[in-house]
Amino acid sequence: MSDDLLNPDTQPQSRISAEVSWYDLFSRGARDWLRHNEKVREAVKQRVREFISSPDVLTRAGERTVLVPVRLLEHARFRLRDPETESGAGQGAGEPGKVLRPAQPQAGEDEGAGRGGTGEGEVNFVLELKIDDILDWLWDEMKLPELKPKQSSAVEDAELVREGWDRHGARSRLDRRRTVKEAVKRRAIQQHPVPFTDDDLRFRQLVRRQKPATNAAVMFAIDVSGSMGETERRLAKTFFFFALQGIRRQYPKVETAFLAHTVNAWEFSEEEFFRTSGTGGTAASSALNLGLELLHSRYDPARYNCYLFYASDGENATEDRDPAAAALRELASELNYMGYVEIRPSHGRSSETEMSNLLTELQNDHPAIGIARISGQEDIWTALRQFFQQQAGQAEAA
Amino acid sequence: MSATVGECAPRLEALARKLGLDYHPVDFELVPTTFMMEVAVYGLPVRMPHWSFGVRYMHQLIRRNMGHSRIFEVMFPGDPCHAYLVSTNTLAENTLVIAHVLGHADFAKNNQLFARFEQMAGTHIVEHAAAQAHRIDAAVTEFGQQRVEAVLDAALALEPHIDANTELHRPPYPARPETVDATPGENPFRDRYQGLPGEKAAPETSKERRPTPVPPNPEYDLLWFIAHYAPEMEDWERDVFLAVREESFYFYPVFACQIMNEGWATYWHARLLREADFLPENVYLDAIKAHSDVVRPFAAEQQTALAVNPYHLGFSLWEHIVEKHGIEQARRICCEEDDFGFIRNYLDRELAEKLGLFVFEARKDGEIKVAARDLDAVREAILAPKFNYGAPRICVSELRHDGTLVLIHDHHSDGRGLDLDRAARVLEYVQRVWRRPVILQTTDTHGAAHELTARTNG
Repeated sequence: MSDDLLNPDTQPQSRISAEVSWYDLFSRGARDWLRHNEKVREAVKQRVREFISSPDVLTRAGERTVLVPVRLLEHARFRLRDPETESGAGQGAGEPGKVLRPAQPQAGEDEGAGRGGTGEGEVNFVLELKIDDILDWLWDEMKLPELKPKQSSAVEDAELVREGWDRHGARSRLDRRRTVKEAVKRRAIQQHPVPFTDDDLRFRQLVRRQKPATNAAVMFAIDVSGSMGETERRLAKTFFFFALQGIRRQYPKVETAFLAHTVNAWEFSEEEFFRTSGTGGTAASSALNLGLELLHSRYDPARYNCYLFYASDGENATEDRDPAAAALRELASELNYMGYVEIRPSHGRSSETEMSNLLTELQNDHPAIGIARISGQEDIWTALRQFFQQQAGQAEAA
Repeated sequence: MSATVGECAPRLEALARKLGLDYHPVDFELVPTTFMMEVAVYGLPVRMPHWSFGVRYMHQLIRRNMGHSRIFEVMFPGDPCHAYLVSTNTLAENTLVIAHVLGHADFAKNNQLFARFEQMAGTHIVEHAAAQAHRIDAAVTEFGQQRVEAVLDAALALEPHIDANTELHRPPYPARPETVDATPGENPFRDRYQGLPGEKAAPETSKERRPTPVPPNPEYDLLWFIAHYAPEMEDWERDVFLAVREESFYFYPVFACQIMNEGWATYWHARLLREADFLPENVYLDAIKAHSDVVRPFAAEQQTALAVNPYHLGFSLWEHIVEKHGIEQARRICCEEDDFGFIRNYLDRELAEKLGLFVFEARKDGEIKVAARDLDAVREAILAPKFNYGAPRICVSELRHDGTLVLIHDHHSDGRGLDLDRAARVLEYVQRVWRRPVILQTTDTHGAAHELTARTNG
């Protein structure tokens, strides 16, 4: 320092410091990255239907999140159009005309053109979305009504709830706080109080109370006979997925059963279910009867809100007509709701099918039956809305 | 390790002064790598928040994790200059960086472009930018993220659209055109030709009545124009535009002198290291090795590169100049030129051949071939990405009575039209703050005139 003062020519010295400086040392990059993700999420939300309809989204059945592949957002700037041939400066050997890299049959577009631009290539990443969020968005967007548990008194669970106190009871239900309070009150008015008496003891009481069942059982049945192709099954899968999620929104506990049938019916696990395909004829009654069987053995309608969704292309063997009608009738009387989706991507076929006739007939006696026809992705939402609105209406009326 | 950065730095600096480097002192800070990465992404130690920086940050992270990119040095001109050293770098690397930064500091103090900016904006731009960032944070609290982000979307999209030849603090257009001052007697030249035989008095009324068009001439400083002439912008929004503009002015000399500046710094770090006899031998060897990595023209194992390493090119050019014309001449060039003059005037055939520079063409099908080795073509290929701050030339041509903003893309000088999809999105950003129609005239893929409007969207 003194040198500086003595010699005015001395320039100020640079310095090196390692202490935390005046700027904040939190990561601004990470903060802005999170904001970017938030924006992606908003974009996904706005176009949630498109995203959800893409078949790659629903790959993780059973999990509570889905992975949606998305692209990084680009902050647009004015830029010149990509030229036919891009040129630039390079360095190395070779006379004019020398080919440094031969034409590439397919991938050329990406790499060749990407070079001159931002040079950052394309980065895709996977956004993990909570199914519950997606459903909230969907329900918001489609204004789907909330399901209501069946109101009938038959569907009730008994439940033990705490109610009041008593002087007698099991040791484990001793309410110490209450007991001490009682003791304090007694001691306050007694001349020569003892710390505790048996009269001070207070025990919590439990009572049995009836409450509406909050369990739901959903059975999905699908026709996998020869006429149901890959596309049909995928449509059914998507529909089932959202029907299930919609019901899960309402009930704390949902049990599921997955049935597939040709002329016979089998129960499958969720993963296997969508991969099954079969050949041969169609006998809807097989699956419907299996459903009934499950209903009686596993899902007592007195304890569960029961739903059955059946997807088929509408074909059914003529000789199966009566058994199927009988099974449907019995199901309709025991289920909360029965949904029938007819999946017919191909156009031009007559709209009158064996199954739809059967169900339409049945609908007269049992209003808790929904029928929808799906021929493409977009119809799924219409069908869902129809089912859920109808179901909610039913519950209200009951 | 016996020596530390703190011990080497003052001796390096003493040597630098002895060799004639002239610079504002530098505040070095040892920082973690992550901080270095952020500085590289934002361009400033503390800068306004925007999601697009998050995207760049992610790219940078990915590149770093793939080992493609390692940032050694970031330096901000000012008085004092600010420079950052990665705390985990070796002593040799940081010695190299300090020497390199001293070269930058010398360049920034002496080069006329840098000096001009410093004159207009002062020497505390880093602190200034941080203050602006805090103001924008405050605006987020006051007006909400959505609104602030909308303004930043527009302003940052127009970041390179300044006119670096104008003043940073620029007054609005004069209210009236400077009418020809016809008072006789003041201008002897005019007096003499005032009353030529047969001349009629000029009709004065028409000129008086016509309002000044805004802008009077095509205006290329889009950020400035919008900040001053947007019909319904709020004051804080205009401030954001001006903040982005000021930072853009700050980045301009760095952009326009990149080859010279990096070359100059590289020349000086090489020379300082060579002459720093006080460095322990192992530190010197490691530093020289790091140096040769910096100036390597090709990626590992390759014999050609489809890009020119500015460190390598600039370094070779300066060595060439010093060898041919001496250091004094080099200093003069360092003051007067930017990359355009530097490359056009001093990249000669001899050096271009020695470096093996060429122009390549890449076709859409992926074929890449050497197109030319002609000196002029090489120079222009090197400079092409630097024209007009690397952005298409777009100007305001008209502000209509209903507030419509008319932009024109000068496709003749750019050689082709705009990427229409991106342009439409930029217009959308701009319209959200301009709040009146915004249109842009350019050409479409067939070269026909095309008028773009912002997608109507809220």
